[in-house]
Amino acid sequence: MPAASPSDAIPALEVKALRKTYGNGVQALKGVSLTVRQGDFFALLGPNGAGKSTLIGILSSLVNPTAGDARVFGISIHDDRGGVMRQIGLVPQEINFNQFETPFDICVNVAGFYGIPRSVAKRRAEKYLNELRLWDKAFQATRHLSGGMKRRLMIARAMMNEPKLLILDEPTAGVDIEIRRSMWQFITGINRTGTTVILTTHYLEEAEQLCRNIAIIDHGEIIEDTSMRRLLRKLDVETFVLDVTGIEGALPDVEGVRLARVDELTLEAELPSGRDLNSLFAALTAHGITVTSMRTKTNRLEELFVRLVERGNGDARNAKGGPQA
Amino acid sequence: MNDPRGIAPGSIVARPATRGVGRANLVALYTIARREAHRVLRIWTQTLVPPAITMTLYFVIFGKVIGSRVGTMDGFPYMQYIVPGLVMMSIINNCYSNITSSFFGSKFGRYVEELLASPMPSWVVLTGYVAGAVMRGVLVGIIVMAIALFFTSLHIAHPLVAVTTVILGATIFSLAGFINAIFAKRFDDIAIVPTFILQPLSYLGGVFYSVKLLGSPWQEVSLVNPILYFVNAFRFGILGVSDVPVWGAYVVMLAFVIVLGAVALWLMNKGVGLRS
Repeated sequence: MPAASPSDAIPALEVKALRKTYGNGVQALKGVSLTVRQGDFFALLGPNGAGKSTLIGILSSLVNPTAGDARVFGISIHDDRGGVMRQIGLVPQEINFNQFETPFDICVNVAGFYGIPRSVAKRRAEKYLNELRLWDKAFQATRHLSGGMKRRLMIARAMMNEPKLLILDEPTAGVDIEIRRSMWQFITGINRTGTTVILTTHYLEEAEQLCRNIAIIDHGEIIEDTSMRRLLRKLDVETFVLDVTGIEGALPDVEGVRLARVDELTLEAELPSGRDLNSLFAALTAHGITVTSMRTKTNRLEELFVRLVERGNGDARNAKGGPQA
Repeated sequence: MNDPRGIAPGSIVARPATRGVGRANLVALYTIARREAHRVLRIWTQTLVPPAITMTLYFVIFGKVIGSRVGTMDGFPYMQYIVPGLVMMSIINNCYSNITSSFFGSKFGRYVEELLASPMPSWVVLTGYVAGAVMRGVLVGIIVMAIALFFTSLHIAHPLVAVTTVILGATIFSLAGFINAIFAKRFDDIAIVPTFILQPLSYLGGVFYSVKLLGSPWQEVSLVNPILYFVNAFRFGILGVSDVPVWGAYVVMLAFVIVLGAVALWLMNKGVGLRS
């Protein structure tokens, strides 16, 4: 009998029929079920107000569920809250540390909350603050840190209990591209050591590059739950960005291709996946347009996301019998 | 895929043994108490100096200037008589304000989430905050007592009673402050109770006078005031005199500790004011 692979093992996260209705009657989660395998890098996407943060809040014990269950490495949030929390590291969306304390104290104290002895906590704080390039700020009050530094500090803090499941709720919001890339590198490295990562983000390029599996949540329901590869395969059109010279007058009509002018030197061509580009180039050449370079429009996930969410909105309107756009 | 802690993929994560959890809780408790103590000492100009100045003024005005005309009370010079009450009043106020400002501050700044999203049980969080507040109360009590020695001499009649009363009184008002902070939504909400309830009860709780001086029914009405018991038990510990039986004061204080502790824990476990 072959040895069980991580995917056959107890899931890192198993959410079953989770519901949350807030006191004001808002149904944030309407029976969400979801499974994240051990070692996965999982994207949880959805528009604002879709229920992502509520789901993360329930997992991290900040929100009480109305019904349903969630198990982290087989431990139910209802049976052993402390046991669940020991497995999880949380990077929340909002800054939530004491702005009068230093990064070092924040990390060491949080480790203490997990019962980690102070001597071990100090070593870990130094390690993670170094890895996240914050060690030179370790003993300054956090209110003096930049936005990007504060975000990195929350990642360092989440690593203090060396969690088996790291949950990142929009960790790179408002962070410049260089720091964002260094954060991706760090998180990818953490995932490679076996830590399961769940990421929510509004930068879909980030999810597309980093995550292997994906769930899309909208109006408190999971509307897609699949692998990134399978989801991207659903995209039946491809968009190319063409750098060109010689655009004068109207663009040529090419059958099956939607051609749009971005500016005087750039065109976008959308065509069915797998279709050859010869006819497009021929038509452009005939119109005196020279293609100097070409690239695939990278944000394929964004197109899918918008389609899925729009479809979801349409379904919701239909269900309510409301007007359709 | 290798787990950095050597846990084989797919294995059920073993729950820490009870002893391990117990030790982890002690580390967590120490961490909160240490953080609270560090906070008190870091902002000492806000936490330790103001009660020292206020109480010095009380000793000068009520003890020296007015007290010299009052004469004796319960057989003690007025200055000596008011020392235990003023010490207890400082302890009560400082425990209360410490825990309300610290815990509400953590809610306001959202770093209470560090505690809520950790494996710590509620009692550890509560005990840690109470320990920090009691520490400030005791520190302020020692400072005020030291200042009092510049104005009068004191012979501690019953040290054990004095110490236990301080600990119980400080714990009671720390627990009460914690409950206040749980419900508070704005900074105004943590100022209302000290201003409109705590201060009047302190002044009417026999800090400056013996309730035996009051006629009926005010003497009986005063017995409803819990602060009367704390002040008098402490006065018994320091001077050996009290308006109420000391055992009765202990019953009242222990009852408050149990009830307030149970309420605070219940609120925390329910997540009232803390979890959505």
